[in-house]
Amino acid sequence: MFELIAQYPLLAALLALVGLGAIFGAVLGYAAVRFRTEGNPIVEQINELLPQTQCGQCGYPGCRPYAEAIANNGEAINKCPPGGEAGIQALAALLDVEAIPLDEEHGEEKVKAVAFIREDECIGCTKCIQACPVDAILGAAKQMHTVIASECTGCDLCLEPCPVDCIEMRPEPQSLQTWHWPLPDPASRKPQIIATDADQTQDRAA
Amino acid sequence: MRKIFDFHGGIHPPENKQQSLRGAIRDAGIPPELVLPLSQHIGAPASPVVAVGDRVLAGQLIAEAPGFVSAPLHAPTSGTVTAIEERLIAHPSGLQAPCIVIATDGLDEWTAQRPVGDAYHNMQAGELLALIRNAGIAGMGGAGFPTAVKLATRPDSKVQTLIINGTECEPYITADDILMRERPGRIIEGVNILRHLLAPTETLIGVEDNKPEAIAALRAAAAGSAIEIVSFPTKYPSGGEKQLIEILTGKQVPSGGLPMDVGVICQNVGTVVAIQDAVLFGRPLVSRITTVTGEAVDKPGNYEVLLGTSMSYLLAQAGYRPQRGQRLVMGGPMMGFSVPDTNVPIVKTTNCLLAPGVDELPAPPPPQACIRCGMCAEVCPASLLPQQLFWFAQGKEFEKLEQHNLFDCIECGACSWVCPSNIPLVQYYRASKAEILQLRREHAKAEQSRLRFEARQERIAREEAAREARRAARKQAAEQRAQAAAAGGAGDEDPIQAAIDRAKAKKAAQQAGAGDAPGERDKLEKAVLTTRARLATATAKLQQARDEGSDLVDALQLGVDKTRAKLEAAERALQDLAGADSTSAAASSPADPAAAAIARALAARETDASLSPADKARSQLQGLEQRLEKTRNRLATCRANGDEEKIIEALESTVLRLEEKVNDAREQLTANGDA
Repeated sequence: MFELIAQYPLLAALLALVGLGAIFGAVLGYAAVRFRTEGNPIVEQINELLPQTQCGQCGYPGCRPYAEAIANNGEAINKCPPGGEAGIQALAALLDVEAIPLDEEHGEEKVKAVAFIREDECIGCTKCIQACPVDAILGAAKQMHTVIASECTGCDLCLEPCPVDCIEMRPEPQSLQTWHWPLPDPASRKPQIIATDADQTQDRAA
Repeated sequence: MRKIFDFHGGIHPPENKQQSLRGAIRDAGIPPELVLPLSQHIGAPASPVVAVGDRVLAGQLIAEAPGFVSAPLHAPTSGTVTAIEERLIAHPSGLQAPCIVIATDGLDEWTAQRPVGDAYHNMQAGELLALIRNAGIAGMGGAGFPTAVKLATRPDSKVQTLIINGTECEPYITADDILMRERPGRIIEGVNILRHLLAPTETLIGVEDNKPEAIAALRAAAAGSAIEIVSFPTKYPSGGEKQLIEILTGKQVPSGGLPMDVGVICQNVGTVVAIQDAVLFGRPLVSRITTVTGEAVDKPGNYEVLLGTSMSYLLAQAGYRPQRGQRLVMGGPMMGFSVPDTNVPIVKTTNCLLAPGVDELPAPPPPQACIRCGMCAEVCPASLLPQQLFWFAQGKEFEKLEQHNLFDCIECGACSWVCPSNIPLVQYYRASKAEILQLRREHAKAEQSRLRFEARQERIAREEAAREARRAARKQAAEQRAQAAAAGGAGDEDPIQAAIDRAKAKKAAQQAGAGDAPGERDKLEKAVLTTRARLATATAKLQQARDEGSDLVDALQLGVDKTRAKLEAAERALQDLAGADSTSAAASSPADPAAAAIARALAARETDASLSPADKARSQLQGLEQRLEKTRNRLATCRANGDEEKIIEALESTVLRLEEKVNDAREQLTANGDA
């Protein structure tokens, strides 16, 4: 046997390669079974990027179903108005596809708002409570309802079922906690920083 | 001589400090109105404990700290609270914030102060910290972090070096310099309090070498103590906490870490004086030293200002000429910001008001393209790559920004200062930092929404499952009943027959019980005895009431009569029982209700059966007509009473339905008659 192999180096190389292939194939095959991932991790990653408003504007009943549709059925990534352009950019980066403009059919990107119930008009029908996807409305039958503003995602789903139209969407007020410096506009010619006398000193130094 | 280290980068902008150092500290006096923002520190805004109209004394608590990272607020002088409302504050946003407004009375009456004096040597660290916390002290170098929080070290960590920051590296500002020159004794007192509190191995006061008078004054005051005054070459921004720590100890604070991670605690000299005031004299933080300078003021200098004083009041004292300058800056020229209006209050962090002349601080020329010269990276004191950060900020690549340690940027402005293209670099970093923080908040909220949504889905599924289970159980029970009925062979079981059976069974059981006659008699005898006793006491009471002529006579008389009647009834029952015993054969008394009911039901069935279909229909019709009549009457009364619409509607629909039914029945009846 060894003599035969020694006689034909070609055979030796062939055997070695086939042997290696078989060994690695076995290892990989075992690993595929042993370290199998349950479910589809990409769905979780997409779901992380979606804004979780659960508004259904994409046509799916919640963010997760939409994430599943993107991952499994190749659904377009531009159907989420609350996520807006930033959301589309993030999804495009994750899925390595081209970022496309928001599909107007599903609504447009709006200012963030929270629902507000005009409490003296509320008749206590509980319809909005049933519609709220995140249980952010508090109340009971024939009792006045109110919105827990910190839990509201601004999905608009409570507006439609209200029989007396006492719910409105109020944009979040600008406060010291939410305010931040704007990014400078490179095209602007207006002064944007606390000027220093850098120029003067440089002139003086020169 | 102590070894001095150096930090990376740094710049040497013109200092411009001499203008405001010509005179001593001046007292700005008591303005007619003080506006005190509830949030003058980092952390939760204080919550007011006074109401509009209250008279407050100087040093009185007017807003308390609601959380750990917060600071309380005290009235700077005596006066009346005139409003608690939103006012414009010194903030780059130009937004309003809740403030307490005090109309001062000029008397400057103080509340009772509880000075600890030298007794602090015997105080526990916790007590001392509470004292500092209750005095409302927040970092006075400009950041405004609550001092007590910074000083609250974990018991297992040892403070190696206590550093007192007297660097004041930013151009124009001299508030700390003048404090060190004029009040070195108070600084040293304050440092001694901190040394007692923290027990550091060494204590250093770091001062830049451009303040020789301050260094000399401090050295004289600290002579003979273990406090070392260290002077080092002037360079901006050596007053940054991390930079100063590196200069004095050579240690670098890790990225994202705190000075405590390298065993250092750093405090500003102004804060130290505030601590000394609070501990030795029991005076909370109600005033501070603010530099007013720039070419647009006639008398630049340092002023001791009550917190809440309007900037315009202070500027008027310094001889402000608005026409000379185009804007007003709070803080220094490197890190300060333009205030939107001069009518904003001085707060705990206002170390400088800079009113520059038009030529002194000109508007920067428009930014040009980055030429990749790398000067920004050379001067960055945090050893970052400002140029890279600039590209990423423009492209909003937040992940890359974080990877390049954007959050280590101290926003000192050195990079913008040297930039030959005049790019507002710091502005990009500030905006990007805020954007990233906002995204983090939004992500946290999205995560919470997701959890709530999933919890709701789960709850709905659970409720649905429970409903399904109940439905299944009902169905199964119905099936079992049907099976049992089929097995019994009595498919058409008669309900009346069943009722008769039940009644018979019950009576049989009763009769079986009646055999236990002695038990019954015992009960009755007992009842007779107790009723007799009750009658006796009632009569006695009645007698007493009569004697006293009480109003209760009638009521008592009634009670006595009732009890007597009961007694008689009980006695009769006992006799009956005795009689019944002898005639127990005639047990089935004609008054047996069960038997009567059975008889009635049977009779009704018989008449029902005997009725012809036409008669049945007629009686049904009669019943329906009666019901219709009744409903109509009710509807009429409801309408008359003006009851709720819903009820009237329901009644109307019932009337309609009944009319229909009556018509149907009539038709059927005529049809039957025809047949």
